[in-house]
Amino acid sequence: MLPLTAIVLLPLIGFLVNGLAGRRLGHRFVSIIGCGLPLLAFAVAVHCCLDLTASLGAARVENLYTWADVDGHQFAIGFWFDRLSAVMTLIVTGVGSAIHVYSTGYMKDDPGYARYFAYLNLFLFFMLLLVLGRSLLVCFVGWEGVGLASYLLIGFWFEDPDKARAGKKAFITNRVGDAGFLLGMFLLYHGLGTLDLDHVQAVFAAGAPAALSGELIALLLFIGATGKSAQIPLHVWLPDAMAGPTPVSALIHAATMVTAGVYLIARLHGIYEHAPLTSELIAAIGLLTALIAATVAVVQTDIKKVLAWSTISQLGYMFLALGVGAYGAAVFHLYTHAFFKACLFLGAGSVIHALGGEQDIRRMGGLARRIPVTFATFAIATAAIAGLPPLAGFFSKDEILWYAFASERGAPLLWAVAAATAALSAFYMFRLLWLTFLTPSRMAAQTAEHVHESPPAMTGVLVLLAAFSVVAGFVALPQFLEPLLPVPAIHAALAGYQTPLLCASVALALAGLAAAVLVYGRGPARAERLAAHFPALHRLLSGGYYVDEFYALTVTRPILWLAARVFLRGGDQRLIDGTLNGLAALFQRAAGRLSRVQAGALQLYVLLAGLGIAACVAWALHDV
Amino acid sequence: MDSTQLLLALSIALFVLGLTGVIIRRNALVMLMCMELMVNAVVLSLVTFAARMASASGAVLALLIFVVAAAEIAIAIPIVLLLVRQRRTLDVGAYSSLKG
Repeated sequence: MLPLTAIVLLPLIGFLVNGLAGRRLGHRFVSIIGCGLPLLAFAVAVHCCLDLTASLGAARVENLYTWADVDGHQFAIGFWFDRLSAVMTLIVTGVGSAIHVYSTGYMKDDPGYARYFAYLNLFLFFMLLLVLGRSLLVCFVGWEGVGLASYLLIGFWFEDPDKARAGKKAFITNRVGDAGFLLGMFLLYHGLGTLDLDHVQAVFAAGAPAALSGELIALLLFIGATGKSAQIPLHVWLPDAMAGPTPVSALIHAATMVTAGVYLIARLHGIYEHAPLTSELIAAIGLLTALIAATVAVVQTDIKKVLAWSTISQLGYMFLALGVGAYGAAVFHLYTHAFFKACLFLGAGSVIHALGGEQDIRRMGGLARRIPVTFATFAIATAAIAGLPPLAGFFSKDEILWYAFASERGAPLLWAVAAATAALSAFYMFRLLWLTFLTPSRMAAQTAEHVHESPPAMTGVLVLLAAFSVVAGFVALPQFLEPLLPVPAIHAALAGYQTPLLCASVALALAGLAAAVLVYGRGPARAERLAAHFPALHRLLSGGYYVDEFYALTVTRPILWLAARVFLRGGDQRLIDGTLNGLAALFQRAAGRLSRVQAGALQLYVLLAGLGIAACVAWALHDV
Repeated sequence: MDSTQLLLALSIALFVLGLTGVIIRRNALVMLMCMELMVNAVVLSLVTFAARMASASGAVLALLIFVVAAAEIAIAIPIVLLLVRQRRTLDVGAYSSLKG
């Protein structure tokens, strides 16, 4: 029995069955295959976890297949299951299965139903390859594969060119990061001769190898992580990725795939412990991303865009934790975030479903009584992400804030900015809650008429995820992971501040809530007046600081110019086509001239033949 | 200058005469005659060398060449006659459409 292999391959089977034969099998069969196999994988994962706890954390290894054997360098496909992989696998299969079930309701009438489930299963397969791979190479295959699945699902409704373009943008932006990942991997292999994560970890645990530039590897792998996890400067694809179906946003662009970068760095934390400069950079980038994304989220009007920017912001928190050495806290936040953000996205999906496709929160309001289950779960998840005790987000966010303040790589300044961002998060999340559910209705009459609560397949999943958003924080995940991910040392002088900081962060979350109620409690009118006072700032935030435009100007347009002018016109059309066409024309013209000689004039022929013979004789005799 | 050299010089002179005739004359019959001249120039050089080497086979070969030349002219003259019947002229320029 190979349980880990089974976990990975079950979704792949689902992909093959639904992808190849889904159209002919009918909705019911597609749903059973599409949800059943991930659920089965989840069951196997639970079983493996129980084994893991029974064996006190001894990692399970499955070496499956030797992929390549080059001059004695072996590249094996194998799986590695320790506590960190266990947490990730449970999130991926658990939340993943829940979202599959939700999708049976959400995508019910879509003509691409089978294709959707095939892609979703394909995503799970690659994600599991990524979190279970023993070698960094296997992880990389998963890493690229989830990018592919993400591309396919963002552009799921590819008839709409905007959505297809969003898929391309996500894929291409990710490729930039992937280049960093690849280079880091090459350097690591060059230095250590192995890509097995446990070996790499063991080498770095014994002290930084002198032959290796740990900082450079750390930096390159972090570049890879910024791409996948939408950190500045590669965050631009995530808001556009909302073009995909909402459950996809929940699964891929909130709960699982975007956390791959966090997983990667936590998994290779040995490298980062010996790379203080890169760690500082990670903390700075994470904090900056958290703050910037939170400010942008405040002014977004698309319900999914608010959540997308909020995801970027929360990922920034995780990177902040990684940067200050609190790897366990980062994974803890990853884990709680998976529940409440999935719940929020699915709740948003339920709202969109109820309103028949409306996504603009300016045309919502008053939905609390019309769709009560969605409202209740959305409210719980909002409170969780805002960090209200005793919900899940409170514990994990507080842990991150604490380490940002007190750990040896932390600083009070980091805490201050992160805490301000936390208040901002509470503000924009409650703004969303109020504008969507609580303020008086601003819906079009026609939309308001057919508002309906979602089917049980959807609300059931919402309730489940909301329940986890409440209780997930009580799992002492950092302690569970401590044998793998060491807890950073605390500045002795700062150790006493834990309780005051705790109170401060709760106060800040409540302040965010109060501000949101104050500004948005009666509808968006007051906020619009406020925005009218600062039109430039409002435009800047709505446009996401114009990063897209900046990239278009500095990267896309020069590259397009280079491609069109230099390579297409200069290289392809002039140089290559020009050379071939020119040669052909030359021979054609020469042949035209020569053909005039053959005019049937016998004397000319004889003369030329005579001259030719004379020339041959002269040439033969010239050096006699 | 011995007789061999004289004979070879004569041979060359005949050959050049024939070649020049072929190139500059447009009358088909004259061109044929000039070609005969060229053949005979070659045969002359052949027998000159054969005599010098005291070899009988050269003389035999010269007789064979006469036979071949006679056969060739026996075919060439009727061709010229047929052509003249078509166009009523001996000018080879008139037959340039035969270039193929």
